[in-house]
Order: sequence, then C-alpha cells, then structure tokens
Amino acid sequence: MNTLEPNVYELSTEGRPSHRFPDLDVPAAELPAGMLRDHLELPELSELEVVRHFVRLSQLNIGIDTAFYPLGSCTMKYNPKVNEDAARLPGFAHTHPLQDTRVLQGNLALMFTLQEWLAEIGGFAAIGLQPAAGAHGELTGILMIRAYHQDRGDTNRNKILVPDSAHGTNPATTTMSGLRVVELPSDARGNVDLEALRAECDDTVAGLMLTNPNTLGLFEEHVEEVIKLVHDCGGLVYGDGANMNALLGVIRPGDLGFDVLHYNLHKTFSTPHGGGGPGSGPVGVTESLVDYLPGPIVGIVEAGDDDLPPLYGMVMPEKTIGRVKAFHGHFGMHVRAFAYIRSNGKSGMRDIADHAVLNANYLLAGLRDTYRVPFDRTCMHEFVVEGKIENAPQIHAFDICKRLMDYGFHPPTYYFPLIVREALMIEPTETETKATMDAFIEAMKSIAQEAENDPEKLQTAPHTTPSGRLDEILAAKQLVLCCRPAELGLVES
Amino acid sequence: MSYIPHTDAERQEMLAAIGLESMEDMYSDLPEAARFPDLALPDPASEMEVIEELQLLSQANLHVRQTSCFLGAGAYNHYVPSVVDHVLLRNEFYTAYTPYQPEVSQGTLQAIFEFQSLITFLTGMEVANASHYDGATSLAEAAILALNHHRGKRSKIVLSSGIHPQYREVLRTYLQGQQLEIVGDDSLEQDLTSLVDAETSMIAVQYPDFFGNIQDLKALGDAAQEAGALLCVVANPIALGMLKPPSEFGADIVVGEGQPLGIPLSFGGPYIGFFATKQEYVRNIAGRLVAETLDTRGQRGYVLALAPREQHIRRERATSNICTNQGLMALAVTAYLSTVGRSGLKQVAELCFHKAHYAAQAINQLDRYKLWNQDPFFHEFVVHCPRPVAEINAALLDHDIIGGYDLGRDYPELDNHMLIAVTELNYKEEIDELVEALNEHA
Repeated sequence: MNTLEPNVYELSTEGRPSHRFPDLDVPAAELPAGMLRDHLELPELSELEVVRHFVRLSQLNIGIDTAFYPLGSCTMKYNPKVNEDAARLPGFAHTHPLQDTRVLQGNLALMFTLQEWLAEIGGFAAIGLQPAAGAHGELTGILMIRAYHQDRGDTNRNKILVPDSAHGTNPATTTMSGLRVVELPSDARGNVDLEALRAECDDTVAGLMLTNPNTLGLFEEHVEEVIKLVHDCGGLVYGDGANMNALLGVIRPGDLGFDVLHYNLHKTFSTPHGGGGPGSGPVGVTESLVDYLPGPIVGIVEAGDDDLPPLYGMVMPEKTIGRVKAFHGHFGMHVRAFAYIRSNGKSGMRDIADHAVLNANYLLAGLRDTYRVPFDRTCMHEFVVEGKIENAPQIHAFDICKRLMDYGFHPPTYYFPLIVREALMIEPTETETKATMDAFIEAMKSIAQEAENDPEKLQTAPHTTPSGRLDEILAAKQLVLCCRPAELGLVES
Repeated sequence: MSYIPHTDAERQEMLAAIGLESMEDMYSDLPEAARFPDLALPDPASEMEVIEELQLLSQANLHVRQTSCFLGAGAYNHYVPSVVDHVLLRNEFYTAYTPYQPEVSQGTLQAIFEFQSLITFLTGMEVANASHYDGATSLAEAAILALNHHRGKRSKIVLSSGIHPQYREVLRTYLQGQQLEIVGDDSLEQDLTSLVDAETSMIAVQYPDFFGNIQDLKALGDAAQEAGALLCVVANPIALGMLKPPSEFGADIVVGEGQPLGIPLSFGGPYIGFFATKQEYVRNIAGRLVAETLDTRGQRGYVLALAPREQHIRRERATSNICTNQGLMALAVTAYLSTVGRSGLKQVAELCFHKAHYAAQAINQLDRYKLWNQDPFFHEFVVHCPRPVAEINAALLDHDIIGGYDLGRDYPELDNHMLIAVTELNYKEEIDELVEALNEHA
C-alpha cells in the first residue's frame, strides 16, 4: 500500500533485540500457572527504528512551533520552553501522589499559590485544581450547581439555559449531570436575546451557562443584566472560561457575578495542547459554592510565622461533590501554568489580553473588505467571518481552509459557531508578530482571488502537504480502528 | 518575562489600522466600573529567576529517585526509557492541537491509531479509543456506556471493593445526577455474583485487584453474561505483559490507568485512561476514535471517525461531554510499548512479580508482620503490621524509604494493613533494607 510511514506493526521484525532491563537479582518465584497469557501481540523494533519512526511521524504535523496556528477558541499561543524544563525537574516529576504531604511541601506550596493566583485573576473565593480539561471543569461546575440547589431542598430546578452560540460541550455536560437543556437564541448583535431569557427565568432554572467573550469573539453587552435575571429567579451562572485570554487583567468574571467558571490552563496559561491533551480545567467559585468544590484541595493546616513557612495539607471541602479524578489533577500542567503566571506577573496579565485583542482586531481590519463579518463590532481575542466569496458560490469555508495549508498556515476553526453560515473562527493570540499577521491577511486575500479565477485550485487543495484530502466517508464505512484488523477477525484478510 | 513581540511602532501602526486611539478603546463594550482591576499578583520575573524559584520549590520535596519507593496504589514507579521523553519533546507533537485538519496532523493521528492498536492487543479486546483523562474517569465512562447500552432500563451497577477507592469515588461523582443503585463495595466479603440480576447494567472488578490479588474472573464473566450485564475489568497494563488478558474471562470493557507505560509519577498527573471494548459497542464509546482511510492521492492516512457521536454535533444527545483525549500521554504509551516491545513488557512484568514475591516472603518471615493475601498476587501485596502504618512509614522515612499505602484510610477493617508495591526499579539491596527497617520498627 502507498503509505507515508509504515505503522509500528509493519516495522516490527520477529526476534529483533529491543530495550533491555536489568537481570533478575532475586530468586525467581513460582509463576501462577493457569493465569499466564500465551500470546502477546506487541511489535519488536530496535531503538533506532523507534526513533526514526516517531521523528518521521512528527514531521507530518504542523504545530505552533512550525507555523501560525489561528485556531479559534483554542488559544494556540507560544508554549514557553522553560515551562517544559520546570515540569521535568526531578523534585516534581518523580513525586508520588500518595506520599506523606509533609515531605511534599514544595508541590503543595506551588498548588496553593496557583489556587490563589487563579482566584485573584478571575475574582473568585476559591479554586479547585482537579478537573483535567475544560469539559471536565464544566461537568464539575454543573454538578456543583446541582448539589447547591439539592442541598437547599430546592429540588425542582432541573433546567440549564444554554445560548445557541455555545460550544457543544455545554449541552452535553448538562445531560451528563442529569439536567435538561433549554437553548436561548442570540440577538442581532450576537448577544443573548434578553426577551427569550426573561421568558425562561422561573423557579425551575438551575443555572445558565455563558461563554464570555462568546464564541463570536464578542463581549456580551448585557452581561450584568443577564446575570441579574438568572440570579433573581434563584439560578446560578456558570462561566465557560475558554475565552479568558481576552479578560486577563481587564475584567474579572467573579466581579461580574459569575458563580463558577472553568479556566483552560492549556489555552490562557500557555500549557501545551499536546495534540489534543492533556489539558487542565481548574474551576473558580464564589463563596456560595466553596463548600461544594471537588476535593481534596490544598489548604494551610498550620499557620506559619516569621521563621517558619505554613504547613500545607490536603483538605476536603465540607459538602464536596466528590472527586472528579484520581489524585490531584494534572499537576504537571499546574507547574507550567505557575511558571507562566510568575513570568508575566501582575502587569503581564493585562499585556497578554491587550495584545491578544489588538492582534485580533488588526486581523479583522485586514480581512473585513474581503470576507463578510456577520456581527461586525470591536472584537475581543478572536472573531468570526463567513468563508464565502461573492463571485465563487461553489467555494466553501472548507476549501479556503485546505488552501491555507499550501500557504504554510494552520487553518482557523471552521463551521463553528453554528449560528454563522460557513463560519471561520480566527484567533491569532498575543505571541504573533504583525509581520506574521500581514502574511496571513495577504494569503487570505490571494485565496479569495484564486476562488474567482481558479476555483479548482481550492477545491483540490491542499497540494503541498504530506497527504491530500482524506476520505472521511470511507473511514466511517470501513471503520478500521486498529493495525492488523484481520487478526481480530474484524475484516476479511 | 513576556512572550509578546510587539514594538511601540507596531502597536501604533496597528491601532491606526483598526481606527482606535488607544488600547483602552478596545474595551468599550465592557462594564466600565469593573474594568482594569488592580490584581494582587507578583511583579514579572525573568526566566532565570523563575526557574530558580521553581528549582527551590521542587527541592522542598522528597522524591522517589532520592529514596527507595514501595508506594503504589494506582501510581507506579517504573523506569522510562530515554527514548520516550525525546519523542514527547518533538515540537510538532506537543505544540499541535486536536487533529481537526488531518492533512497537517497525520503524525498525531497515526500515533493515536497505533496507540489504539497496542491497547487493543494488550487487553485482548477488539477496539480501543484514543484515551480518557485517567483510569478513574475511564471507569466512569464504562458505566455510562453500559447504561446507554441498556437504554437506561437497567439502573444497577455492581462494584467490587477491590477496585481502587478513588476510582469508585469518581464513578459516583460522575453519576450523581442519575437515579442509580451502586452496590457491592461496602465490604470486602461481598459475593458479587449474588448481586448480579436483571436490573444490573454493569459489573466492575479490578485485575489484579487493589490488594494485588490475581483472581480468575471466568465465573464472574459467565454470571454477567447470563444476566445480560456488561463485565468491566480495570486492568494494570504492566501485569498484562504476563497475565491472561481480560478478554479470556468474557470482559465486555477493559479500562485502566496507562501511567505505568512510560509516564512519570508527576504527583498524580497528567496520566492516561485507556478504554477497550468489543466491536459491537463501538458506537457507544465516548471520546475520540481514529480510523484508517485513503487520501485523494491514493495514500493511506488517518482521520477522526464517528464524530456524529460527539458533542459538537449531537450536543445534548452526545455519548459524553469529553472532547479531547490525553494525546501526548497516548504518544508516551505508544513510544514506550514500541521501545520495550513484546519481550520487554514481559520482562518488566516478571521482574516486578519476582521481586514482589521475594519481598513478601521475607517480610512474612518477620515475627510481627504477616502477609494478608490468600490468592496469588502480582507486584503489590498486603502486610498486617504490628503498629499503625503511619507510624511505621514515618520511621521508614528516616531510612530514606517511602513505605507502602495505609489501607486503613479507605478500609476500616484493614487498619494496620500496609499495601506494598515492588517494581523493576527496586534492587535486591533496597528490598533487604526495607525488611530490616520494618523489623527494627516492629
């Protein structure tokens, strides 16, 4: 078969000497006969074969370190290298999660400080670091809202209001939490429709999930009124912090009245996306929800004084919803986020937001004449345009994205949010130079011209990437999810 | 240290292009009274200062490579070949995001496809997904699959008390919004087979169990099948290097913690949950799946498959809210298993097994300690101690030994019982020192 790189099973040679561990230095015990496996289908490669294989695979990828990556809602900012070094310090990387916390005061001090910093940045009373990703933080937040109402005997509240511009995880999280989704329409300026919201506000509302800035990259103009309406009917407001990069040092969700919010350390606080994880999704809460945080969280168990630092320990919040994860969350990501906040510091927070918003508005200004902007006002850290060219009706956002790869760029997010047709959601982040954005604007303009003059070039793009367009229908039809499927009897050999 | 590249001149040019006078003007939609809070954060620091500070913090910890470590209980101190971290540090892997654009993400996609393959063969199952957050959340997702498979008509889940206590906690947290009966783990003596009935959606056990025991699960698998319930096995992946795979007991779902396969302890995360099942349940699997296909040039390639199960399309009707996997950790597992290979994994498993048995036998010969396990065990075992475990562990620290897990924390009937883990990293001398120190502090 014509292939870019063979898979590890194809590279395997039976009997190939591979990694060697030390010889046994104790007497052998009797193996449990009857419980041993007779066959283990793992590959056999030399170390050099392994290294070449993965280096070649890596070369088939684009990452932030190789190209501009304006993937909307994902905040693909530069991942500082010192953060990687920090997480790999032996004193962090080789600590066991169940060791006595008295000999792990470095880890606990780091987590405690990160809790304090995140609380300060978001305007919250406390932080839980356990959630592993944004969607995990959402689940945590909605379960806390549910527990809050249940605990007060307010058991009729089974409805979560979700704007139609929301990320799909919001409704999915609601269902997982045993609650019901009610979708709210957006108004002509991209805000939550206040009339529709008012009509839904009753004593069955458990809460509202609000992304702010929303997925159009716009700040919710009536945010205070929206929150007040929900609070007045007894509901709580959940903030999706995916777009927190625009708000650092600019405004604090807690000050606006959000009751709980998840942060994405892998977006706002520069921890690497890793090809789709691991992320980290801590939650911040106001006083009313502090006791419901998933636990344990880090607290001070013995106060310090001038000579002695405080003694940190793991503390279970009084009415906790329980654990959402084994152990203490993605500690390796906590170390990286700590390094990032410490580097940028107080003044740096505002600088990050300022330049993220500046870059987005600069790109928007450069593209506005070429691509239609459905909700056109000053954007925050990202914006949405329509991927349609006036005189080339056969060209779609999809084609534009594929063609962008030939210009050496990772495409923006496409077909989201769902309320914009042919949506292209573009987020440059603050770490990109003006020159990079100028080049991107030029490429987008050039593609628009190509769409009119040579549409086939777009429809058959990309042309310069390792692989061409991939057949997703064939993938779903044959559903081969494993090397050597014939050995599993799943397909005919 | 800031990572913002703008010069003053560029800032001015850009503001002019936008048509604004100042940065502040960009925020006119924001409530004025709340704008620009004075944050109580430290001032910026240079890279040199930051790494020094972090070094100091890390040095305030005692780590397992400065000591002999006999602590496991769900996180294990194994050797990670150098190759693995060199692969993880390839920029094109770790600075990429979810492979939404397959033409520029074939590296990530093929690595995940290989991960799925390795997990499929290791567990003996037919299909594996791209991973979950950790072993605990994989177990919770298994329960959700089982409930969905029975279309919400079976509301009982039977859990063995031999499953990691934190995994059982996480499962209960995930499912607290559903009306369910979760039974079986309130005592060590529970006969699980007797609890399985027509209401049972899933029965879950751990293999080897939390106490290290290797149990034949065939009878349980048969009982589950007879009742139409799904059998979920939480497996240790290193143990599968030598032990029968759970598929041989009739497992419908095999989940577990992938950390032992090339991921550092890192105070509990990031780790990776693996998830394998039978082909017939493929459309109920939560999370990412990578499938093989062809591109327009006739080359083999890979894409994310079955997206219609996922939340960005199905929204409130999705199989789960999870929208990522543990991509880089899946890469670590793939690099680890490719490096150690078939013979290496078996060797690690057997080294763990033999060393654990050497340690158990020696401790059992001490006057005041007694081995608790009745069944064969893998690389962890339980010892009844003459004193509270916390006291013994405190004394062991003076010998630079990190002792085992205090089972009394989770099992009241196991006060004074210590769970001891032994891996390939524990040389004979370390084990002998542990035995001597235990004797001294009896």
